Amino acid sequence: MFKQLIAALSMGLQTLPQRLGASSVIVIGIAGVVAVLVSVLAMGAGFKHTLADSGRADRAIILRGGSDAELNSSLTRADIDTISNAPGLAKDSSGKALLSNELVIVVNVPKADTGTDANVTLRGVGLKLTEVRPELRIVNGRMFHPAVRELIAGAGAVKQFRGLTAGSMLHLRNADWIVTGVFTSNGDVHESELLADVDTVGSSVERTGYSSAIALLTGPVDFTRFKDALTTDPQLKVDVQREPEYYAAQSKPLTKAINVVGTTVAIIMAIGAMFGALNSMYSAVAARGLEIATLRAIGFGALPVLLSVMIEALLLSLLGGVIGASLAWLFFNGHSVSTLGGAFAQVVFQLTVTRTLIITGIIWACLIGLLGGFFPALRAARLPVAEALRAA
Amino acid sequence: MSEAIVSLRNVDKRYIRGKQSVEVLQGLSLDIAKGEFVALMGPSGSGKTTLLNLIGGLDNATAGEITVAGERLDKLGSGALARWRARHVGFVFQFYNLMPMLTAQRNVELPLLLTNLSGAQRKANALAALTLVGIADRAKHKPNELSGGQAQRVAIARALVADPTLLVCDEPTGDLDRKSADEVLHLLQILNRDHGKTIVMVTHDPKAAEFASRQLHMDKGALLEAGTLAA
Ligand SMILES: Nc1ncnc2c1ncn2[C@@H]1O[C@H](COP(=O)(O)OP(=O)(O)OP(=O)(O)O)[C@@H](O)[C@H]1O
Ligand SMILES: [Mg+2]
Repeated sequence: MFKQLIAALSMGLQTLPQRLGASSVIVIGIAGVVAVLVSVLAMGAGFKHTLADSGRADRAIILRGGSDAELNSSLTRADIDTISNAPGLAKDSSGKALLSNELVIVVNVPKADTGTDANVTLRGVGLKLTEVRPELRIVNGRMFHPAVRELIAGAGAVKQFRGLTAGSMLHLRNADWIVTGVFTSNGDVHESELLADVDTVGSSVERTGYSSAIALLTGPVDFTRFKDALTTDPQLKVDVQREPEYYAAQSKPLTKAINVVGTTVAIIMAIGAMFGALNSMYSAVAARGLEIATLRAIGFGALPVLLSVMIEALLLSLLGGVIGASLAWLFFNGHSVSTLGGAFAQVVFQLTVTRTLIITGIIWACLIGLLGGFFPALRAARLPVAEALRAA
Repeated sequence: MSEAIVSLRNVDKRYIRGKQSVEVLQGLSLDIAKGEFVALMGPSGSGKTTLLNLIGGLDNATAGEITVAGERLDKLGSGALARWRARHVGFVFQFYNLMPMLTAQRNVELPLLLTNLSGAQRKANALAALTLVGIADRAKHKPNELSGGQAQRVAIARALVADPTLLVCDEPTGDLDRKSADEVLHLLQILNRDHGKTIVMVTHDPKAAEFASRQLHMDKGALLEAGTLAA
């Protein structure tokens, strides 16, 4: 049985060069499906990755109770004062709470490639910014000064938008701002943002409250203590989350949407590729009809013939899958894109072709190959031997 | 006649194509003894290939009993029939039906893949069969590097190599010139006389039929007469 299979398979594979056209239909079709699937899913993975990398376990984000994102949350100055006295909060050498009261607004900045306006987050941050977010690094220019209309731009935003280099003037919400520097923050979501002094941002949009507060805790284990103190305080109505949890929740809807769209497109393409595979395997079986009939006359079983056709289809689709995944990896891994993210403005992130995605792509390829190979294989196995021999 | 190795009783064969039904063989009975070399002759369309396919277990009869090499073929399923063919029948076709991508030796080894022989034994047996048909020097050649007569001898080696009970040949010389045809027929005769192979051969060529030990004539799906001739 195994010897028969090997013989039938190797004969099939040796005639592949004569059937280059039909065989390449399978390889190219499946490579296309896998390339699209893997690169779209890489977008989802990259987005998730960017948001998942935002935040530290020893940092908490405080929002008004019931609001799921910063943009629809508001805290008063009194709330901030209460929060800064909570237990578990880290303090600086002079005993001041390491808390950044923040105000998030959306501004329009032209995109670098098209020049059309797109939404960018302008985040007002408290005076303790650099202590609360030690990952923040000025890579160009200098930090903004409080009380004047100065801001720093995230490195991701600088790439995707116009006029954000250090020294540029920017007109936002009827006011002129100066970009004093460019920062990085470990590639997280804030690199897509503009940061400025919170009270200056507030006064420029005539708002007195804040969106959120970011608290650096004395340690990850102090989170529960901190959270309980705030949520049981009758004066306050707030939600307290660890930063990583908050960002993971934020990434979910868009990651899901990207995956749904990507999978849908890939399914449609996969159906096309499957018919391509079906068609070329049918013609392969037809072209090899006399060979198969002769093998059957000699006494080869139906099963080895069936399996040899299936395996041939599988090998071709595996090749397609590997090519497709490699193309996605070559062209898109690490490729920066920006997108409108959930409750965020434009988030800049990199496509990430992970190992899981490559395996997913290759599994898809194999499934397409198996489905496309099955019916032609069945036909080969059921070939009426006497009739096929007459067709000679 | 000694023990019958092929025995057909009241065999009908009808091809159904759509609503049309073509009656090809009607109530055909035939016995072939072990060690015979039978030539089956008759006009085109008389049903020679149909009969040969029934004897070789490549097709099923519509009605009747077919016993070949002790097995009731009309009672076998397709898997059992394939295994039966592997053990008992060697086929020789008009157009050789060699695998174009395999060398002569590999072609001859194909039936041995269905046995328990080791790779070395398969190779040795294939070379022995090629030697028997006088073409061992072409073992490493592919079919497109062989003449028609050489290719048919390779095909005969393939049919022989697993030592079948019966050789079934459909116009084995139909595509050959006179000289090659005579060589092939002579070879079949030797296999029959010296190696005791039972052979059933369809041919259009009366000269070819003379190599056989017995000639059968078919017309319109029936056997006309069964005369025993000295070759
Ligand atoms: N699959 C089939 N369906 C319908 N009719 C068929 C089929 N195969 C053969 N026939 C018919 O059966 C009859 C006998 O065919 P067969 O091939 O046995 O003849 P033959 O004697 O071998 O002829 P030839 O000398 O031309 O090879 C022919 O009329 C042929 O058309
Ligand atoms: Mg015929």
